[in-house]
Parts: sequence; structure tokens; C-alpha cells
Amino acid sequence: MSEQFQELNVADFFYKNKDLVGFDSPHKATYMIVRELVENSLDACDGHKILPDVRVTLSKVEGAGTEERYHIKIVDNGIGVPLEAVPFAFGKVLFGSKYSMRQNRGTFGLGGKMSLLYGQITANSRITITTSQGGGKIYTFEISTDIRTNTPVIHRREEADNKSHFRGVKIEFDFEGDYGKARDKIIEYFYETAMVLPYAQLTFIDPNGSLLFYPRITQKMPNPPLETLPHPHGVDLEMLKRMIMVNPHTSLQVFLSKNFQRVGERTARAFLRSNGFDPHVEVSELNTKQLTKLVTALREYPDFLPPDPSCLSPIGDELLKEGIRRLLSPEHIVVTTRPPRAYEGNPFIVEVGIAYGGAIAPPDKPGKVQLYRFANKIPLLYDEYSDVAMSVIQSINWNQYKIKLDEVPLAFITHVCSTKVPYKTAGKEYVAARPEVEKELELAIKQAARELRVRLSKMEKAEYKERRTEVLRKYLSMMASFSTFLAEKNKEPNIDALFKEGIIKKHRKAELVEDSSSGDLVDETKSEDDKAEGGESESEE
Amino acid sequence: MEKRPDRSVYARKALKDLGTSIYNQLDVAKFPEVMIPSRQTNNIYYDPKLEQYVLGSKRVVRSADNIKHVKPLAQLLWVARIGKELIDYDRVSTLRDLFYMSKNIDINFVTQQESDEAVYDLEALLSMPRESFNIFPHDRGAIFGDLTVRYRVKGFKDSLINLTDNPDGVNIGPALDNAELVKTTADKVIAIEKGAIFIQMIREKVHEKFNAILIDTTGQASRSARLLIRRLNEELGLPVYILTDCDVWGAHISMVIISGSVNSAHITGLNTPSAKWLGFWPTDINRYKVPTMKMKELDWKRLAELKADPRYKEKFWKEQLDAFERLGLKAELEAFSSKNKSVSQTFLVETYIPDKLKELGAI
Repeated sequence: MSEQFQELNVADFFYKNKDLVGFDSPHKATYMIVRELVENSLDACDGHKILPDVRVTLSKVEGAGTEERYHIKIVDNGIGVPLEAVPFAFGKVLFGSKYSMRQNRGTFGLGGKMSLLYGQITANSRITITTSQGGGKIYTFEISTDIRTNTPVIHRREEADNKSHFRGVKIEFDFEGDYGKARDKIIEYFYETAMVLPYAQLTFIDPNGSLLFYPRITQKMPNPPLETLPHPHGVDLEMLKRMIMVNPHTSLQVFLSKNFQRVGERTARAFLRSNGFDPHVEVSELNTKQLTKLVTALREYPDFLPPDPSCLSPIGDELLKEGIRRLLSPEHIVVTTRPPRAYEGNPFIVEVGIAYGGAIAPPDKPGKVQLYRFANKIPLLYDEYSDVAMSVIQSINWNQYKIKLDEVPLAFITHVCSTKVPYKTAGKEYVAARPEVEKELELAIKQAARELRVRLSKMEKAEYKERRTEVLRKYLSMMASFSTFLAEKNKEPNIDALFKEGIIKKHRKAELVEDSSSGDLVDETKSEDDKAEGGESESEE
Repeated sequence: MEKRPDRSVYARKALKDLGTSIYNQLDVAKFPEVMIPSRQTNNIYYDPKLEQYVLGSKRVVRSADNIKHVKPLAQLLWVARIGKELIDYDRVSTLRDLFYMSKNIDINFVTQQESDEAVYDLEALLSMPRESFNIFPHDRGAIFGDLTVRYRVKGFKDSLINLTDNPDGVNIGPALDNAELVKTTADKVIAIEKGAIFIQMIREKVHEKFNAILIDTTGQASRSARLLIRRLNEELGLPVYILTDCDVWGAHISMVIISGSVNSAHITGLNTPSAKWLGFWPTDINRYKVPTMKMKELDWKRLAELKADPRYKEKFWKEQLDAFERLGLKAELEAFSSKNKSVSQTFLVETYIPDKLKELGAI
């Protein structure tokens, strides 16, 4: 398998299978283009501890063919792209050659490149890229991709003084789309992104000239994820072959200890011995059969330590709360972060928030759940009821928390971050029910629900106390009046003294017996039909 | 002979005491409470000495600082207030009437059941029937005979009335309930289960023939009727005889007059322990050979209930219940008409009643 063939195949593959990655209709493509570009920009910022400022302008290109044509411009303040990398970063569809693990929104930026490709295919548009890493120069490229050969074609290249000290990337191109139908999803996308990124500033100007603006509300941001080597439990044959291609002439033992996390020389030796591999064999000499055996052994060997979670970047309790508070304005927020766990060598962390009351409305129909799902800080907007988070919420017995799911104003926020989020589809719309992830979601939601119950109980107690005082006061003032009349006094006793702090006792247990006058003794009111009137009835008609 | 004073005097005092107790508790910034005898079945006992059901020693505390109690307690006091007003203005009311009256104050009786309960609680708390504070059942039952009474009702005060004045008898109502029983020439009381026979007996001058005061109980005697019977017995010293159909229901009408009812266990002084069931006994069936009917399923069920009741443990009553069980028959008082020689000479009056009065040693 030659590398050339591989690359050509990738560009061609995406071109022919655009529906698989979510570009299956003009309006879906519009949404995907905005989303993929925003996500690349955000990765270029918060992945490098830069507070993101991302601006998107979408405008209509008039009189250009039968389909609606749009011009998109996105500007970020990320780290920018080095001059020499620009043509390949934007003009060639490729897999990265470096195998490392780190939480990212996109996997290898494929979605972003698909967006550019889509513009080129539908609108015959070249891509204009302006970038600087903050140095003295600013570069502008006009490029396209030769789809057959999967190579970048540079049409124009300019260099200028970076007078405004710009750092980041600006991308512009045209595409055919349908904003009218995509509008709601795009707005929802920005809204939900702002929920988990209170430290980002997001600006969107739509083709109608409407401005959507989410200012930055905090300077705090989570630590960016660190790059780590892959964990041996997550390896597959394809990946192993590629890694060998990069390091063909090392011994198996050295190869393992250099290319995988949690594998030192000693661990590698122990692993190879227990699985009957020769530690000194050169990796390029292993045949496919041996490699398959190696993959199985790596995945199943029980003595590797769990994956290193430093490659993850959860949102964190505080930022999650701030984001939720800003956009949902609830009365109560509880958030839970679970400790890192792993599935198949991929570390993941589950974060959950439950927001209650305030501006949140109760469900408008039974069975409806207000759920905001995120994976690696990306909002998931489609197929909500197929998502594992939804099935977990629906499977929990909410009576246990005295919460009537169909009546109470609740919103759930779930975030799964991982080096490899277990999406069910290529379109990244919902998270699959992996048992490990499902269990963590369940634990997180239950933990949050318990905390919410405690909060609600406190609130209910306060309300109860207030209501109780109101009821007591009402009836006691009646008693004051009645007893004054019965006792033939002139002045009513003052009941205010009863309601001074500290006098109201707790609910008393002094009831000697429950009062009820129903009896199981001979009932005097029963009577034969013709004597019905003769019953010793004490009720009067 | 013991004269009973105007019982509204007692009632007014009891209501004032209750009000004062609540007032004083409120006045010292204490959440008021009362202790009401429990009317629950596990607190109802048969008292062989009083020969009636009574409440045991269990008490229910109703405290105003208990959110569950504060409303019933206020309701109880509201009933007390109405009771005092009824006495003060010499008005009468009924349970139903009271329920409707509650609608113009935010006292929240949801059903009449609830306001009835408040009345029963007040009865139990004061150990007084509600008639004492002028809450009456609809008139049921009538009285006829040479009895002179003095009413205490406004507008009729001090007027003496003889109860032979009305040929249909006089309703046993609120006025009679609290009237002073002044004098009588009668030497016994005959209570009759059926209104038609009561009227028939007046026409046949049974009151004169047997020197008796006649009372129509109209089935189970109302509490007013039972109270009146008790007073005739207690205040005027008249023995009481009860005439009913020959069935388990008739037996129990007698029993309630004699030993009281479970429902009224919280009130003493309504029963007449010395009263006697004059007839028609099941043991009389074979003696008089009148038409009978077979006991129905309901009769058998009732018989089983009565056999388990402590009030029927006495030898006489056991024998009567056993007779029902043995014969499986029942008969009505009207069955004696099958033996009448003419409409003016009824077997019931000419033969049966004198036979039975003799048997019980009344004449």
C-alpha cells in the first residue's frame, strides 16, 4: 500500500461519501461548515491556552447560479499556522503521521478540510487564508486542492507587514448551501458552545445581518490537554502498521517502550515474555499474522496501568456552572465531575450538570427531557433520543430523588471528553452506549441528582415553614376570636407572641392515638330494606 | 322523682370553660391544646355496670402547633361558638344546617362528614349530646299520653301542655327535648317501633286501657326519643316496655333503647337500662300461631353480628337469639291482625299486650 494511493483515496473518498460526514444536504452542509471551522478555530485557541475570540460572518452571494450561494469568513485568535505548513494544512486531505493522543474537537481536522473541499466542489471556490503567528509578517494564500492527486494548488501568495499584530487564522470561501433551513441549528450551536465555553468570545453575523454575540464572561480556562502516547489497550492493526512504518528498524521491545504510554522497558519485557514474542526482533520483520497476534495481546494484557488522563481537558465544575448560569438562568445548579476512566485504552472523563427552576420551563409534554449534550466541548444537536445520556436519564428511578421528571423544570448537561469519543456515527451526532461510559454517566447523574435533592429539600423546608406559619396564623386568629366569644371576654388574646422566633416547636409527636371514628363494631345504621328509615342513623338528610 | 334542670345551663358553662381554657393558653403565648376522648373503635368498651358502650381512657391531643391539628381544633371551636350562639338566641340547628353555615367563614369544612366529626368531637370533649347545644336531628318519633310538660323554648315559656291534646301525638322535637316533665298519671311507657300501630293504639285508647304513655320510635329510636324515654324512666320513675316486630332488627331497636349504641359511646345518659322488650318475641311465635316469614340472608347476617355483641350475653337475650336461629322465622306486629274478630277489637291490644304485660309483671 503506497502512501500516494492512500492520500488520493482519502480526498476521493470524502468527495464521494460526503453524506457520511454530515454534508448530505445544502442546509446540513451549511451547518457543518460553520461548525467544523469554529471547532478548528477553538482547538487552535484553547488547545494552546489562548482565550478564544472567534468571529464568523456568513453572507449571501447574489446572482450566482440556481442554488443559493454563501460566502463565509471566519477569524480566530489562535496560534496561527506556520508559513510552510499552510498549503498542506488547507490544501491536502491527509491523516496526521504523528501518533499521539490528546483531546481535540476534531480528529485530525478532517471535518474542516471537508468544508473547504465542499466549497470547492459546489461553488468552484478557491480558499483565501490569511495567517500569522503573531510575528512581523502576515501571509495570505489563495489555494485549492487537486482532488485527483490530493495535492495543494497555490494560486496566489502574498506577504505583508503585520502592522496590527494579528495572530490567528482568517479563512474565506464560497459554497452552495441553505441558511434558511440551517439557521436554527447554527444558532443553537453557538448558544450551546457558549454554555461550555464561558471563557470564549463568539460572534456570528448571519446573511440577514443579525448579530449573535456571546461575550467572554470569565478569564479562567481549563488547562489544555497534554499530548500523550497511545495506550496499548487502544491499538489496532492499521495503527500499528503505520507506527512501524515510521520506526521500522527498532527492536520490538524498544518499539513498544518508545511508542506507548504506560510501557517502560521492564513492562515491555514482561509483556513480550508472557505472550511468547521475541523482544529483539526488528518490527519491520513481523508479518501480518504476527502483528495481529501482537495487537490482540496488547489489547488484552491486564498489567498495563490505566491510561494517563493528562491528555484530557474537562470543562471543570466552576466554568460549567458559569456557562449554565449565563444561558439557562436556573435557580439551582449542581455539577459533578467523575474521576478519569478508560475504555479500550482511551481515557475519558464524564461531567454532568443539572439545572433546576428559574428560567427553565417544565417539560411541555410527558417523556420530554431537556438535555444538552457535549463531547469534547462540542454540542451534539442531532439524534438526542439515541444518545446514551438520554437512555441513562430515562432509566433512572427519579422517585428516589423525589423528582417528577415530567413536571419539574430541569435541564441536564452532559459532557464526555476523551481522546476518542465513542460516537455512534461518522457525523458525530450522538454517543454510543459503551458500558464504561454509560456507567460513568449514570454515576455522575445520580450523584448530581442526590445533591439536587439536598438543595430542594432545604428549599422545600423553608417553603414549608413559611406555609406552616401562614396556616397556623390563620387558624389561631380564628381560635382567638372564638375563644374570646366563648369565654365572654372583651379583648382578644394577642397571638403575635406565638410567632416570635424560637417559639414554634417542631412537629410534635404527642398524638396518643390516631383519631378516627370509623368502627368495626356492630354498625347500628345497617338495617333491613323496609326499615331503612329506622336505622339508628345519626346523619340528617 | 328527680327534676332535670334546663340543660342549656350546663352546656353554656361547659362551652365557657372550654373557651376560657383556650383563651388562657393563648394569653400566655402557648399554643392551645385540648384532650379529646378517642372515639376510635379500640377505645370503645361495653360497660356492664352502665349497660352501655362507653369510651375508654385513651385521649387524642389536639394541639394548635401541630399543622395537622390546628384546623380541626379551630373547627371544633367554631362549632362551640355556634353552639353558644344557638343557646344564647334560643335557636336550633342541624348537622346539615351547620355544614352550610360554615360556608360563610373560611373554616374549610370540605364535606359534611368533616363538620359532623367536629360536632362529635365537641360532644366527646364536653361529654354532652349535641342536643345540649341545640344541634338536633330532624324530628323523628312521637309521644302521646297523659303527660304534662313545661316548655323552656322562647315564647312558650311556662306554658303547661298536656300531651293528650293532639290526637296524632306530639313530635319529639327540640322543644320537648329540653322541656320540664311536670306530672303524669300514667304508670308505664310503651314504646312502639311502628308509627301506624302507634296511631292505631291511640284510637284504641291503649293509653287509657293500660295507663301508659305511648311513644312512636319510628324504627331505631332517635337520640331525642331515647333521651325522652330515659327521662320518663329516670325523672318520673315509669317502667318502659318496647313493642317491635318479631325479627332481629326489632330486637336490636329494643337493645339500643336499653343499652345505647356504639355510635353514641361518647355520650352517656341516653339509654334506659331497666327498659324491657315487651315483644314480639320469637319464643311467642309458636304460642300465638300467627303467619310468619322465613328469615332472609340479611337477617341471618345480622343475627350472627348480634350474637357476637356483648350486649346480648344476658340469658334472656341469648334465648331470644337462639330462638331466631332455631326457628329461622320472623313475623310482623300486623300479623296479629289475622286473629282479629272485628276492626274495633284487635287481638294485639285485647290479647297480646295484656298477656305480655302480665308476663313481665307490669299489671
